[in-house]
Amino acid sequence: MATHRCNIFMLAFVLCGLTCVFVRADIQDTNHVKAAESGAVDVAPKTNIDASLQSTQTEDQTQAPEEERHWEAETNPADAPSDNKADHVHDTMQNPNSPPAPSAKDQTQEAAEEERQWEATAVKEADHVPDTMQTPDVPPPTPAKDQFQEELVIRPLHSGDIYASFQFRTLWDTDFLRGSKVSHYRLFPKSLGQVISKFSVRELHISFTQGYWRTMQWGQPFLPSPPGAELWVWFQDTVTDVDGAWKELTNVLSGIFCASLNFIDSTNTVQPSASFKPLGLGNVTDQRFLRYAVLPREIVCTENLTPWKKLLPCGSKAGLAVLMKSEKLFHSSFHSQALHFRPVCQDWKCKSTVLELRQTLNVVFDLHTSGQGKREWSLFKMFSRTLTEACPLASSSKVYVDVTDNPQGELFELSPTTPLLSQVVVLGDRRTYSVYDLTNQATFGQTRSLNMLLRWRAAESGDMLRPLLHGERYVAGYGLQTGEIHTLMYNNHPYRAFPVLLLDTVPWYLRLYIHTLTVTSKGRDNKPSYIHYQPSKDRLRPHLLEMLVQLPPNSVTEVTVQFERALLKWTEYTPDPNHGFYVGSSVISALVPSVVAMDTNSTRECPLFSSFFPCKEESSYFMRVYTEPLLVNLPTPDFSMPYNVICLTCTVVAVGYGSLYNLLTRTFQVEEPSPGLAKRLANIIRRLRGVPLL
Amino acid sequence: MAAPLTLLIIVAVTIRAVLFRSSLAELISERVEVVSPLNAWKRVVEGLALLDLGVSPYAGDVFHETPLIIYFFHFVIDYAEIVFMIADALTAVALYLAVKDYNKTVFRKQKYALEAERYPLDCVELIRTPKEMYYIPLKVAMFYLLNPFTILSCVAKSTCGLNNAVIALFILCTVKGSALMSAIFLALATYQSIYPLTLFAPALLFLLQRLYIPVNWQRSSFWLFTTQYAFMYLGSLCVMVCLSFFLLSSWDFLSSVYGFILSVPDLTPNIGLFWYFFAEMFEHFRLFFICVFQINVFFYTIPLSVKLKEHPVFLIFMQIAIISIFKSYPTVGDIALYMAFLPAWNHLYRFLRNIFLVSVVLLACSALFPVLWHLWIYAGSANSNFYYAITLLFNVAQILLVSDYFYAYLRREHHLTHGLYLKRKDGSEATLVLK
Repeated sequence: MATHRCNIFMLAFVLCGLTCVFVRADIQDTNHVKAAESGAVDVAPKTNIDASLQSTQTEDQTQAPEEERHWEAETNPADAPSDNKADHVHDTMQNPNSPPAPSAKDQTQEAAEEERQWEATAVKEADHVPDTMQTPDVPPPTPAKDQFQEELVIRPLHSGDIYASFQFRTLWDTDFLRGSKVSHYRLFPKSLGQVISKFSVRELHISFTQGYWRTMQWGQPFLPSPPGAELWVWFQDTVTDVDGAWKELTNVLSGIFCASLNFIDSTNTVQPSASFKPLGLGNVTDQRFLRYAVLPREIVCTENLTPWKKLLPCGSKAGLAVLMKSEKLFHSSFHSQALHFRPVCQDWKCKSTVLELRQTLNVVFDLHTSGQGKREWSLFKMFSRTLTEACPLASSSKVYVDVTDNPQGELFELSPTTPLLSQVVVLGDRRTYSVYDLTNQATFGQTRSLNMLLRWRAAESGDMLRPLLHGERYVAGYGLQTGEIHTLMYNNHPYRAFPVLLLDTVPWYLRLYIHTLTVTSKGRDNKPSYIHYQPSKDRLRPHLLEMLVQLPPNSVTEVTVQFERALLKWTEYTPDPNHGFYVGSSVISALVPSVVAMDTNSTRECPLFSSFFPCKEESSYFMRVYTEPLLVNLPTPDFSMPYNVICLTCTVVAVGYGSLYNLLTRTFQVEEPSPGLAKRLANIIRRLRGVPLL
Repeated sequence: MAAPLTLLIIVAVTIRAVLFRSSLAELISERVEVVSPLNAWKRVVEGLALLDLGVSPYAGDVFHETPLIIYFFHFVIDYAEIVFMIADALTAVALYLAVKDYNKTVFRKQKYALEAERYPLDCVELIRTPKEMYYIPLKVAMFYLLNPFTILSCVAKSTCGLNNAVIALFILCTVKGSALMSAIFLALATYQSIYPLTLFAPALLFLLQRLYIPVNWQRSSFWLFTTQYAFMYLGSLCVMVCLSFFLLSSWDFLSSVYGFILSVPDLTPNIGLFWYFFAEMFEHFRLFFICVFQINVFFYTIPLSVKLKEHPVFLIFMQIAIISIFKSYPTVGDIALYMAFLPAWNHLYRFLRNIFLVSVVLLACSALFPVLWHLWIYAGSANSNFYYAITLLFNVAQILLVSDYFYAYLRREHHLTHGLYLKRKDGSEATLVLK
């Protein structure tokens, strides 16, 4: 990224002849390196530079009014305030006579006569930033004010499917944590705000997913989530009874989202020691305040979507949320809705915090099969709606379309075209997006509605870069007595090894034998450097297995562990016991070397001095991969005969008791033949008469 | 007599060593009839693995051995196969010596009774001869060492073999008259699996008998010795429990071992009566029935001690048999222990009523266990009821076997006092009935 930026700045220098630009670029480069090294520590000097960048950019713009292509190329979320960006875009968009956009590929040739506009955008990567390299988010420009942003990213997938990802961000400027009672809610949903303040929640992450994300076909999702429901919460360290708060919270959330979260109890809750660190501010590492639970069997449907939509400030009445028609959203290959709540920085120096609520909804549409063989999509085809306005409460409202694979328009054709491009490093890969700003009326054109249409030209899309990390899981063995869980972790990086954290939560009724744990890579034993194992307690808590494994380059690492299937009480089986029992996904968390850093053969033209060391600012990125959930059969008793079993077993015990009782209480006697009935009657009469018996 | 015993042990060890080396060992060690959650070798290894990981073995619900066992195997884990073979040989030798000594006592008593002319004249047939008694100790050892149940148990490395060795040593010490060693081994057996607690009564009776102290509530000598023995027993039990506490510095093992035995949370199928009964039990009756079933095991001690107070060794046999039938996690290893005593009751053979039926049922059930297990678990063509039915039948057969021996023993005693050929008042041949 640094080389690219350097390149652009040098061209700008040629055109404008402003020496200060070069100086600034130089400063900025060093600054970025510093930022990458030291994380979020020194933001203050960067602010000044960015401010100066803003002024110079306006200057550039006035000097070159014929420019037509604006590049948004920002990678560091802390680079510029977002409202400046919005203003800036507004400025450029008002440019009346924009000629058609040239293709982006020839940019180096065309650069000489083309002016580049720099624009800051909030980067979607922020969710994947691990705590080690966390940078503070873009703080709101005006303090003590709530803020709402919305955006939709559409990415055509290589399999021919369409991936649409909605992101809604609400910032809540309040401080209930310090004891002040909140009574007034502006943009933040009151129902959720009350819950969060009542239970002293520091961070809350909840996702409902229907379907499994096919990493090998679709690449990486922006926000990974396991099939079913996932909930993990960090409580404030003031909470004394964490288990009690967790139990109540799950029940309340169950009501809010109309989901079966009330089935979360101690048998499926764990406290991972390393895999789930807080994503927001705060350096809490004590896992006593963390609770993590997955319900792999949870089915997501309309009744979960409706309450989720109600949390948005505009509801589903305006803005991007009008696209969320449940009959379309659930007619898809993959549907995942999530909600992430965390504290983020309010200002540059991070003196005070605001609370961020991020609602995301990810859908993968299979338009290829439903479109009669034609590969084309439009907003209307996907959502049966078009966009007409932004949410009036939103400070920014944008639609991004991924055009990285289509730099010259040879693969597909996107209409209407947009003059605005944005380049972002997402998940270690440099992506280019066409940006539609919904706050700008010009976006909607004459028809007052925006309906993007994408039509493929080529029958086949290009090869997808294999995801560097992905995982698979299955159960081996036959019969209902024992089995073996195999987890495969693929490192597809050609030359770099990296460590991953594997988290496995296995219910108690599959009794794991940890001494059978094997980890093999390339046919050799690969001893994990860290193992955290918490054995299960029957009917009380699940197994928790966390380990740190180094994945060698270009390899498959196989983790196997044997288990034994328990026979449960007949009341503990689900209503359809022969369907099997679900075991939640394994979670693989890793710092993956980025694709950008992989590019060492210098295909891009850039100064030699800038490209010797392969380490660039985004040399690795945080990624979480969920494997498939497992479905395991258990031996079942015969549910129809509890009475019979009770009777028969008691009979056997009674046989034992009876025969011993017989021998213990009676004595041996010689059997005398009993007299006949007539004789006995006669004897009774004789006794009455007082004469001797017969 | 030492040579045949040595030969027997060599044969037994060879069979075990061959089986340990064969592929059958792994198959056998998974069999639910041979290993239970309490004594499976896999779980011992798991406990050691947990200890290595720095997790308490009792933190989970897989390991239920006592702390002494885990520390014992911590040192001999590499020689586990030898340990189990030695345990079996030790059991056999202990039983051999115990039965030999017991036979001497029996013979001596019989001699005194004959000299005092206490037996009726027609009981000559019931008098035991030295010739008949000569091979009994060897037969007992052979019944233990070559019993397929013992071999399976040993090859599966079920820690049941160790418990059997402890009980056999307890019997040996009791028969030899060493009260202290008897109390220590009884405490060890109790510490391992609670149920041998009921063997306290027969051991006490035997030792009293040996010291010619009558069982009389008014006699101070009776109370003195009882207190002494109880003190030795409880003292050594206390030492073992405290030692376990100091080894792990936590009391977790109490609930994980004894709580597990008594409350039966693990319903893995086995040859006992508990698993299916409590899998199908209505939740609100569970506690009641657990109490009933557990009391059932201990309850027989009192009436049996009263009835058999003159015959403590037979009482030991009865107690071991009852424990192995009614305990919560029985395995075939437990059965093998009481079956080893059957040759010692050879002379009861003529009074057994249905030994043929019972032995056929036991054999058929033993063959059907793996078949029905396969049909249920692997083939899916049968369900749990099939296996359950076989466990029921197996237990009925065991109950009949034990009660048959009890009946025969009582009947022989009756004949020894009243004569073998009883006559009715009218002089015709009488039949004996229980009334």
